[in-house]
Amino acid sequence: MNELALAIPWLGKRHPAAARWVVVAIALAAPLIAILFGKTWVRILDFAMLYVMLAIGLNLVVGFAGLLDLGYIAFYAVGAYTFAFLASPHFDIHLPFWIVLPLGAGFAALAGIILGLPTLRLRGDYLAIVTLGFGEIVRIFMNNLNHPINITNGPQGINMIDPLVILGWDISRPVKIGEDITINSLFLYYYVFLAFVVLSIILVQRLQISRVGRAWAAIRDDELAAKAIGINTRNMKLLAFSLGATFGGVAGGLFAAFQGFVSPESFSLMESIAVLTMIVFGGMGNLAGVIVGALALTALPEVLRHVAVPVQQAVFDRVILDPEVLRMLLLSLAMILMMLLRPSGMIPAYSRYSRPELVVGKAAGEAPK
Amino acid sequence: METLLQQTVNGLVVGSVYALVALGYTMVYGILGLINFAHGDILMVGALVALEAIRLLQLHAPELGLVPTLLAGLSVSVLVCMLLGYTIERTAYRRLRNAPRLAPLITAIGVSFLLQTIAMIIWGRNYHTFPQLVSTTPLEPVAGVFITPVQIAILVVSAVLMVALVLLVNKTRLGRAMRATAENHKVASLMGVDTNKIIAATFVIGSGLAAVAGVMFSSNYGIAHYAMGFMPGLKAFTAAVLGGIGNLGGAMLGGLVLGLVESIGAGYIEDLSFGFLNSSYQDIFAFIILGIVLIFRPTGLLGERVADRA
Amino acid sequence: MKRSLVALAVLGLGASLAQAQEVIKLGVAAPLTGTQAHLGKDIENGVRLALDEYNAKGVTLGGKKVKFELQAEDDQADPKTATTVAQRLADSGVKGVVGHLNSGASIPASRIYNEAGLPQVSPASTNPKLTQQGFKATFRTIANDVQQGLAIGKYAATKLGKKVALIDDRTAYGQGLADEVEKAVKANGGSLTGREFTSDKATDFLAILTRIKAQNPDVIVYSGMDTQAGPMLKQIKQLGINAKFITGDGACTGEVIKLAGDAIGGSAYCTQPGLPLEKMPGGKNFNERFKKRFNADVQIYAPYSYDAASAIIEAMKAANSADPAKYAPAIGKVNFPGVIGTVAFDAKGDIKDGAVTVYQFKAGKWEAVQ
Repeated sequence: MNELALAIPWLGKRHPAAARWVVVAIALAAPLIAILFGKTWVRILDFAMLYVMLAIGLNLVVGFAGLLDLGYIAFYAVGAYTFAFLASPHFDIHLPFWIVLPLGAGFAALAGIILGLPTLRLRGDYLAIVTLGFGEIVRIFMNNLNHPINITNGPQGINMIDPLVILGWDISRPVKIGEDITINSLFLYYYVFLAFVVLSIILVQRLQISRVGRAWAAIRDDELAAKAIGINTRNMKLLAFSLGATFGGVAGGLFAAFQGFVSPESFSLMESIAVLTMIVFGGMGNLAGVIVGALALTALPEVLRHVAVPVQQAVFDRVILDPEVLRMLLLSLAMILMMLLRPSGMIPAYSRYSRPELVVGKAAGEAPK
Repeated sequence: METLLQQTVNGLVVGSVYALVALGYTMVYGILGLINFAHGDILMVGALVALEAIRLLQLHAPELGLVPTLLAGLSVSVLVCMLLGYTIERTAYRRLRNAPRLAPLITAIGVSFLLQTIAMIIWGRNYHTFPQLVSTTPLEPVAGVFITPVQIAILVVSAVLMVALVLLVNKTRLGRAMRATAENHKVASLMGVDTNKIIAATFVIGSGLAAVAGVMFSSNYGIAHYAMGFMPGLKAFTAAVLGGIGNLGGAMLGGLVLGLVESIGAGYIEDLSFGFLNSSYQDIFAFIILGIVLIFRPTGLLGERVADRA
Repeated sequence: MKRSLVALAVLGLGASLAQAQEVIKLGVAAPLTGTQAHLGKDIENGVRLALDEYNAKGVTLGGKKVKFELQAEDDQADPKTATTVAQRLADSGVKGVVGHLNSGASIPASRIYNEAGLPQVSPASTNPKLTQQGFKATFRTIANDVQQGLAIGKYAATKLGKKVALIDDRTAYGQGLADEVEKAVKANGGSLTGREFTSDKATDFLAILTRIKAQNPDVIVYSGMDTQAGPMLKQIKQLGINAKFITGDGACTGEVIKLAGDAIGGSAYCTQPGLPLEKMPGGKNFNERFKKRFNADVQIYAPYSYDAASAIIEAMKAANSADPAKYAPAIGKVNFPGVIGTVAFDAKGDIKDGAVTVYQFKAGKWEAVQ
């Protein structure tokens, strides 16, 4: 929260307390503002919250511990499928969310350890390619495990997943207050997701300044030195993988409940890359940057649709680059240009223990080999 | 038996394309320690540029024979890809040469997606028919095994190129400079090697090979499209690691082994796993092999380098 | 001063016209950009033509003359975008939706339409699940995969040969269709020599085709898209396999002919739900009207989206209201002669007697044989 507040231009540095309230106010009022432009935007905000959680989780692995994970979406898939198995007509099991979500998080953490254990020795690019393979393996298994026993229902996906029911209150139904006022379920989901995001932020901030966070920073900056000063690098790396995966698992469970339908095509490599771009764009290793990156890139396709399409129609009389192509173009350019020009992201880290310039920065460390 | 032989031939053909692409990965990795993610997409650009050139030639110089047209298209695409490889190295990678590792890797992913997007804008999302200049009609079967002229061409061309590359690296002045640069940049430059030039040359050669692989790939399957490079690229990288990255012989061996494993694996996995697994898992063999190799023999089959060197 | 008076008068006139003629918005959602843009546009144009013609004839609901307007949304053939545009349509107060094209988009979107109480009629989504979710106002005007799979399996086993090898591409469409084909082959006295799998991004099928060759089937059924079927036909020829080849609507296109080159011949078949345009009761006439209005040929789905829009409007007429809550139940009861034949729905919301046509490759194009 502090970092977000600091990130506000001008106000952030002069009146941190005021800036903090501004952040709180924006977070609470966001859907009320969005509804002025239509429920579509509230739905986008809901998705944005999920991506913020994913980005926070991936940032833990990449930004804090310096382990590049290109298969992160696999954990999202594990969480989503756990929710779908245990709260849908697929196996006819309908457990409440407060059992299913922690289970999903647990399974995701376990998957994190399964991925982490054999890859501990790998660094940098080898790790990247193995995690990429891991992501694909998970997706392909999800897509094919309907034979010989039907576990995942294959490419058809699982439909009619139970919504979130909190204390007997189904938040996928609009709430009626009196005669005319109804609160749409999209708002309810937003606030539930927001609560999860706030929890994640608090947790991660605590982690970052804890012994664990400092150990990660040490490993990221120089693994050999970290080992030499007595850090158990194996356990610390495993912890990073499993904790990062936990966030993915929770976000996945929430996604399943929100969307009501999961299928393997939602967990493609492109999604992993998209989340990675969010943290690269915002500022690796820095919470505020990561959050801003996630929000900006989730809203991007919709903004492009509203801006780029009419502009092109007005200028060229037809749509030359459709929004999807433009999005791809901007994402890839963002990745390249950010690395070349502003390697620490839009909002570089201020905190004592996050020095992303050491992960990706121009600061001349020693040569890569 | 016939089936096994046929699967072996299938695997060798696919494997030699992997091997050719793997050479590019392994050369760049050997010298820069960088996984050039965009390498697979250069294969795609190679195929599409050749397609465009051949179409133009067929339109404006229809009297040219099949083979000259193909060779002309191939040359254009090799030149374009060499230029592309040089440009990428110059603009995107060179400035990051001394940056910590994540930066060039993320940039490489970005370049890969950028190439795909630009290709999508130029050539659209549709599959294009690649002109059939070398026949894909099978020859008279030998021992029940069917093979087409284009497949034979692929085997021959990749063998020749690989031998040429090995000669280049081991026998020429440029090759010696490349090996020196791979060993140690600083010392090599102290010895009077212009390392910038050598690194650029590595990219140029690797991209040229990728262009040839792209044209072979498209001639064999008769198609070309903007995303065709990604999977072969990934698998070729796996092949490079499998053989021992940085090692030319290893890349070739890795490519052939991977091709064989995929083909024979997809053909027999159902019988081997008692019907539990089936050909739908074909695409993950590469990743599983990659994982196993990196865990148990990080140096690869022929490699001497260690996987976790920083 | 004078000018502003005139302006006021014009405004007043406009306002009174608007009062006399109530505007009813209908939505259409389909991929309007990307690889399937031409099919999405086909759907949009079909609906547009229907609305134009009803507007020209004049429709009166609840004593008021109404005018239909169209709001077209692009779902990019993507499930997540589909839910976003579904939400946007629900927000903007449309009274009914024709869409989407892909089942993967239709199914998640149907949930949002259902919550908003909006009727949805899909002109193209063939996955059986769409109408099995228990939503009361989800319909489709095209035969579903069960009907198509049945037709493929039956034709393969009875006309092409008893021993059938099946390949699917592991997409929701390919797998769903293949499952139905498998059932139908067995029900019609055929046997399955094996089932192989590939992906919707694959280009090399030699490994699985070599395996199939060893099983020596009479016919190979491919359940997937044209971009794979083209190279696959080539490789079938390359391996010297003599089996016949049949595939579903995903590969029943001109694209597959282009991609297969000289490897496609008389032993290649495909199926398409619905009748060929020239055999539809209203087909010939429709094609002329369509061409005159849009200066484009009907691709595949325009007759289905035209009839989908007509079904919505006919139901409004029957209920004498454009209120979704009032007219939605009437959609299930419509029964009128449409372009594709009699439009009437069964209890689930599927079109009654959905026809499937088998085509054979002859002289450079697909020709209807049954």
